[in-house]
Amino acid sequence: MSLSPDQQRSLRCIAGLMIPVSTAYQVPGADDPVIFADILASLGMDTADTIKALAALDAIAGGVFADQTATAQNDAAARLRDAGGPEVLSMGRVILQCYYRDDRVVRSLNLEARPPFPLGRTLAQGDWSLLDPVRARPKFYREAPE
Amino acid sequence: MLDPVDVLIIGAGASGAAVAWSLTDTKMRIVCLEQGDWHKPTDYPANGRDWEARQLNDFSVSPNRRGRVQDYPIQEDDSPIKIANFNGVGGGTVLYAGHYPRFHPSDFRVKSLDGVGDDWPISYKTLEPYYAENDRMTGVSGLAGDPAYPPKQPMMPPLPLGVSGAALAKGLNSLGWHWWPSDSAIATTDYEGRAKCINLSHCTSGCAQGAKASTDITYWPQAIRAGVELRTRCRVKEITVNEQGMASGAIYFDADGKEVFQPAEVVIMACNGVGTPRILLNSKSEKFPNGIANSSGLVGKNLMFHPYAQIYGYFDQEMDGYHGPNDCIWSQEFYETNRDRGFLRGWTFEFTRGQGPVMAAVTGMATNRLPWGEDHHRAYRRLYGHRAGMVAICEDLPEEHNTVTLDPFLKDAHGIPAPKITYKLSENSRRMLDYAVERGSDILRAAGAHDVGFEKPLGHGGWHLMGTARMGKDPTRSVVNEWGRSHDVKNLFVVDGSLFVTSAGVNPTCTIQALALYVADSIKQRLATLFD
Repeated sequence: MSLSPDQQRSLRCIAGLMIPVSTAYQVPGADDPVIFADILASLGMDTADTIKALAALDAIAGGVFADQTATAQNDAAARLRDAGGPEVLSMGRVILQCYYRDDRVVRSLNLEARPPFPLGRTLAQGDWSLLDPVRARPKFYREAPE
Repeated sequence: MLDPVDVLIIGAGASGAAVAWSLTDTKMRIVCLEQGDWHKPTDYPANGRDWEARQLNDFSVSPNRRGRVQDYPIQEDDSPIKIANFNGVGGGTVLYAGHYPRFHPSDFRVKSLDGVGDDWPISYKTLEPYYAENDRMTGVSGLAGDPAYPPKQPMMPPLPLGVSGAALAKGLNSLGWHWWPSDSAIATTDYEGRAKCINLSHCTSGCAQGAKASTDITYWPQAIRAGVELRTRCRVKEITVNEQGMASGAIYFDADGKEVFQPAEVVIMACNGVGTPRILLNSKSEKFPNGIANSSGLVGKNLMFHPYAQIYGYFDQEMDGYHGPNDCIWSQEFYETNRDRGFLRGWTFEFTRGQGPVMAAVTGMATNRLPWGEDHHRAYRRLYGHRAGMVAICEDLPEEHNTVTLDPFLKDAHGIPAPKITYKLSENSRRMLDYAVERGSDILRAAGAHDVGFEKPLGHGGWHLMGTARMGKDPTRSVVNEWGRSHDVKNLFVVDGSLFVTSAGVNPTCTIQALALYVADSIKQRLATLFD
């Protein structure tokens, strides 16, 4: 199962409306060519749900979503978002999981663009003196008959 | 037909690994059948940039979502809580967070103390030496001196508090409520050949570092070196019986899909609270028309989860985000019964650090905190790295109408009926969840959170599967006796979460493993009279 050319165009439109390009934060939109290629390649087990969400979007828009005017697209996208449902959540999840692993986006969050392994991360010990009042507390578990 | 073996263990997860290792003392021929595979550290998502996406896909906790060939489908439409498991060497320990709390002494005497549920046929004292042995084998980090528990001694120092743990601890202190660093099956120093934790991320998609104690890297290497044969990609269909009504072995499908019979002198079930009753119920014969070991009619009944409430908040200050294990601190302020609260029994709060960039976005959008359009980026930067919270692990009481049965229609890839879950949240659990959300919100606000949210019960939170082949002295009220042997079939044992009489308000894994070691020891002490 894969998306038709019309569905691909509509998915790209809705991705860009969901997460638009931002000059203020210097990040691409989710319709960026690299990010969108990742989205298409990553649909996997969410393909069926995404197709259903796009069909719902077309139904709201009264035709192929990608072919509507910008105003009509905004209106249809808002109505789809408000309607919600598992298919919309699935489609949104695929878009988000690809967008928030793009190097440019990750770096804009002051994160290193790398997998967790093998370098790992650092974690502060924290202030263990916070435990002092709890250490001073008498035992409070219930004894139980044998 | 294969050569007979002395002991046949079904399932290579938390309990199967422990019982296999312990029984190697006997020098018996032991075979374990596991429907899943071994996993290499390089298989785990933390190796790649798509690590968060894989947690939602091929390493999802839901077998129905994962849909791997090693998984079996589960019909769970009649349950508000969905099953979480993993099928492979190590079982659920591959994906668990590594929280490792013991039961309390009171958890074994629920009927005597609170008048609900049932008492266990054993006590905290019975299991105490096995808890300690299991802690050593697993490698537990933590801190001695917790006033909520009888004395115990973790092997390694606790996980760091981090920014999140310290902020939450301040909130708890301001309320005068208990907290303590969590006992965790995560190495904070190098331990028995395992490297220490390097804070890769959340631990619930397999630990690429090998710091988290899944049984594929703890018990199994030692059991195999001592002679246990572990066969993977072997899915058991049924336990067979002979004319004397004893278990004679198991029929399974091997990696090539070929049906094989493995004869055995002793059969041990270690497939946990859904897998074990599924196989027992599917083992029908002239002698056992309702499934093997089921004269009580209780196989598959009394299914207990832990209904979870998740309570979280967003802080002005930057928290730990996804740096470090999810395990952090816990609170057992509300663990023991207080009848003034309007319910019986209690729960543990387990505090969590934060989320990775993808999960922050997914949950932000699912809870309408993250808009579509122009304001998305600004809103995201308010959420990401600013979240911390907790889950409340509420004790579930046994009720016979909560069941695992065989689905009449749904089958796995080998034609074996799928398990069907029928579960209803009790009024006691609902009240407890409501109260837990209120107290969790108190903690977050006291800690400085400005935007508090919750989910109850946590729909995907069916990690803990218990009670479906309960232990007891009365054969009409239990499936196995006080040392894990079937009342009906004297060479058939259960060692997993199915044994639980009540669920306590803590994660069950270390109790499951202590029980497995206890049953193994009981077998070893009775070898000459095992079938009497």
